[in-house]
Amino acid sequence: MINFSYQRPTEADSALKIFADNSTGDKPARFLAGGTNLVDLMRENIEQPQSVIDITRLPLSEVEERAEGGIRIGAMVRNSHLAAHPLVREKYSLLSQAILMGASAQLRNMATTGGNLMQRTRCYYFYDTAAKCNKRLPGSGCDAIDGFNRIHAILGTSEQCIATHPSDMCVALAALDATVNVTGTSGNRSIAFKDFHRLPGDTPELDTNLQPGELITSVDLPSSSAGLPSIYRKVRDRASYAFAIVSVAAAVKLQNDTISDIRLSLGGVAHKPWRASIAEQILRGAKPFHENFVKAATAELEPAIPRRDNAFKIELAKRTIVSVLSELTSKQGGGQ
Amino acid sequence: MSIVQKVMQGVAQVMPDRRADELKDEHRYLGQPVDRLDARAKVTGTALFSAEYPIEGLVHAALAFSTISKGSITSVDTTAAEGAPGVLHVITHLNAPKMKVAPPFSAQGDPTSGTTAVAILNTDHVTWNGQPIAVIVADTQERAEHAVSLLRFSYKNEPAVNSFEESIPSAKKPKDVLGESPEVTTGDPDAAMKASEHKVDLHFTTPPYNHNAIEPHATIAVWDGDDKVTMYDTSQFTVGTANSIAIVFGLKAQNARLIAPFVGGGFGGKGALWAYNQLCVMATRIAKKPVRLAMSREGVFRTVGGRTPSQQRVAIAANSTGRFSAFIHEGVTAQSTDNNFPEQFTFPPRHLYSMASYRISQTVSEVNRVANTFMRAPGESIGTFAIESAIDALSYELKMDPIELRLRNEPEKDPVSGHDFSSRHLREAYRMGADKFGWSKRPAEIRTQRDGNWLIGQGMAVGTYPVYRMITAARVRINADGTALIQTAAQEMGMGTATVQSQHAAERLALPMEKVHFEYGDSSLPAAGVAGGSSQTVSIALAIQEAFDKLLKDLLSLAKKSKDSVLTDASFNDIRAAKEGIFFKDRPTIGETYATILKRAGKEFLAAEKKTGAPLEILKYSMHSYAAQFCEARVNEQTGELRISRFLGAFDTGRILNPKMAVSQFRGGIIMGIGMGLAEETMFDDRSGRIMNATLAEYHLPVQADVPNIEVVYTDIPDPITPLGAHGIGEIGITGVAAAIANAIYHATGKRITTLPITLDKLM
Repeated sequence: MINFSYQRPTEADSALKIFADNSTGDKPARFLAGGTNLVDLMRENIEQPQSVIDITRLPLSEVEERAEGGIRIGAMVRNSHLAAHPLVREKYSLLSQAILMGASAQLRNMATTGGNLMQRTRCYYFYDTAAKCNKRLPGSGCDAIDGFNRIHAILGTSEQCIATHPSDMCVALAALDATVNVTGTSGNRSIAFKDFHRLPGDTPELDTNLQPGELITSVDLPSSSAGLPSIYRKVRDRASYAFAIVSVAAAVKLQNDTISDIRLSLGGVAHKPWRASIAEQILRGAKPFHENFVKAATAELEPAIPRRDNAFKIELAKRTIVSVLSELTSKQGGGQ
Repeated sequence: MSIVQKVMQGVAQVMPDRRADELKDEHRYLGQPVDRLDARAKVTGTALFSAEYPIEGLVHAALAFSTISKGSITSVDTTAAEGAPGVLHVITHLNAPKMKVAPPFSAQGDPTSGTTAVAILNTDHVTWNGQPIAVIVADTQERAEHAVSLLRFSYKNEPAVNSFEESIPSAKKPKDVLGESPEVTTGDPDAAMKASEHKVDLHFTTPPYNHNAIEPHATIAVWDGDDKVTMYDTSQFTVGTANSIAIVFGLKAQNARLIAPFVGGGFGGKGALWAYNQLCVMATRIAKKPVRLAMSREGVFRTVGGRTPSQQRVAIAANSTGRFSAFIHEGVTAQSTDNNFPEQFTFPPRHLYSMASYRISQTVSEVNRVANTFMRAPGESIGTFAIESAIDALSYELKMDPIELRLRNEPEKDPVSGHDFSSRHLREAYRMGADKFGWSKRPAEIRTQRDGNWLIGQGMAVGTYPVYRMITAARVRINADGTALIQTAAQEMGMGTATVQSQHAAERLALPMEKVHFEYGDSSLPAAGVAGGSSQTVSIALAIQEAFDKLLKDLLSLAKKSKDSVLTDASFNDIRAAKEGIFFKDRPTIGETYATILKRAGKEFLAAEKKTGAPLEILKYSMHSYAAQFCEARVNEQTGELRISRFLGAFDTGRILNPKMAVSQFRGGIIMGIGMGLAEETMFDDRSGRIMNATLAEYHLPVQADVPNIEVVYTDIPDPITPLGAHGIGEIGITGVAAAIANAIYHATGKRITTLPITLDKLM
């Protein structure tokens, strides 16, 4: 870890100003929230910011109902608090389930909503400065493509990077059509969740579409996503405290034994929380039958590219999608 | 076998047995669930571990590791590191003082504990990825670690053997495996295989595993002048490591002292001189200040070896009654290019079953990796996975209950040596385990139990571990106030050594426990053997017994010098220790307390020290511990996820000295076996030879949610040949566990998994 300056503003505006004053083009400052990922990365010399701005004192720690419907989650709301919040448990239980499947109780007590979105990949080669990694050092190559890649991505990969986004919470947020609200020196803007994280393409060093110096202030969940029957299913290598090999966030509503609303996203398979739009399109308006689930899952995974160790993820993702949709619809009396 | 070994073997056969220990059936303290003596110190944080000693003026060291697996260092740029704040010394092969290479591990004579022939920091040559290539000393740990990140090395690469698979074609038969032949053969097992209708022939693969004790390796070293050093080092072999340091730095043996009362888990990973403790002593010499070198978890992965990977073949044929007509166990393990440790994975079948013909044989190949080392039941852990899985497979071929098949092959004598067993009650362990586990309710057919998506099955396997004993010395002192002091150099690694030896000494000396003080964890005390091979408890017990026998004789002589003594007519055979003193065996009310004898003679204390002889009894008898491990597993048919829902171990390990601590140690072994079976695997990248998961985030150990309630039962039958009738139990717990899991999975799913760890992709 290198020496760095540390400041702890109490207003978003002053955080932005400190950022601007302490950043240069190639050496931006870093916002520090729960620190459950950034501090690790700094200790491993993967991140070496010269300025760290602690934003945990910003007034962004509330979960509120919005007048127009839905809820707004402050960026500094801790994961444990969010998972336990009555509004979330009642209306967006998918989010609650996903958060509680992640990390450990101790980490969830520290980790924040905004920080969770900003998690970086757990790729072994990203974490080892002796390895080649285009995400850590653009242009250096990718040791994962022909190396240990059992935990790596199968969808939306590029020849530059096959890393995955490690979050559980974000998989639920993707399914729930969340919006990310950010502030920056050029003003505030809102980013649809599907546009927040990026696919690696030729710029795997960029995980998100945040501009330098932009700060996440809150995450909105729309009323249209509220109250849907939902399941978050996480398949992992041990019973707790492991990242998803594959996870599925699903919310399905049946009307007259037909799927009237479906939200489906996958974790552990891509550089971003993967909204399964192809499968959704096939299933919207379809009967909740096993063969339809298989057809939809197969179509969604059709573009998947297996690497040396992760071909099993394609079949695992399909089976998990089918299993979750079957359980979710049979609970509502559908299916056959 | 060498001439010396042959002579020893011959002598051992005619040597009379040591008289059975009269304490083997005593229960005043022995056999009682006494609480750990150090429990309060540990939970309140007052027990000091190596990195925690408050030494005045301490400075801190950090290591840099090579990033290639073979080649030479062509240039070193230390400029930035030397200019970094707080940096005191940057030490590389260019300026490191010359050190001798420690002789390899040996528990005999003057013990040593070297792990590699590499002249660490005295060579520009690199032979494994992770080899220490620089030490930086700074005023704080953080500044030392930061400066390490500023070092720049250039290398000239040489072709390396990074891959175990690629090394196998050049594998060789080792000269010996822990003093035994690498191959034992009787009859023509290949012909018997061909002739048999009932047979299995399976290939198994086990991955490399790394040590992850809760306390990472750490040393504080302090020089006293130029020729004397004290180390606070997390060591499970205080004397061997201290001796090695003396050799490396050219000191008199008594001038290298190692202090290690508490060790935060060893499991075989702290039995030796590794780079870190040697380099800490070196850095201390240069800094002329006390230096602490506390390793990061990554540092432990890169510089402390672990369990070798293996590939094994087990082929077994049986006649229609289930008797083994042929038993073939062969395979290969890896060692580094610079050590000699062919892990003894073919030992279990040499002692477990009757076999009409057999070939048991092993080879070893060399890779550019950190030297492999002992890791809880080296050999038996991976060996039992293979043979006990294969026997399970054979039981289905024969349509015979797996326990019944094993019972039909239960030998009366050791199947290879022909020696009598000193104590073997495996049948009783099967019975106790099966009763408690409810084995009779298990359906014989596979895939018959289901709970929704989850398939359920039950399996069992045998575990085994030899009884070893190390040459060990102890001193027993009885004071005029009636208290006793027991001393030996051994350390408390968490298994309860201090507690159980205090129980033992109180029983042996006929004192209340509170009058016995056990002093340990210092190489300058009477030399103890390595806490390895599950031998520490019985080794120390015999040393205390022999020292006390001598002391008792001396005390009796002292008593008899006085006409006032009631013991004046007593000969040694007439008396025994009782009621805090010496009493007649046949007249238990007549005698004197130690205090009386000593005070009358005007002595403050009387002491005796003894060093035990070599363990010749293991040449005369087949001496082993046994376990029957029972597992219930649940497998998700959709995702392949695996959960262990029940586990039970039934142990035959001689007499249990402290049930509370013994059960805890059995459970710990089983949990480590669950890790070995389901989760752990060191990922060496074959391109670079580099470990890619050198962190507990990615090197998976079982978490609480992976471990079910574990039941433990034991036969508790004393072994007439061992001190106290006891066996060491540190290692037996892990053996057979991975096979029991694999066998339960087969019963649940019909899938025979032969590659560890059993991750969900293998079960989909």
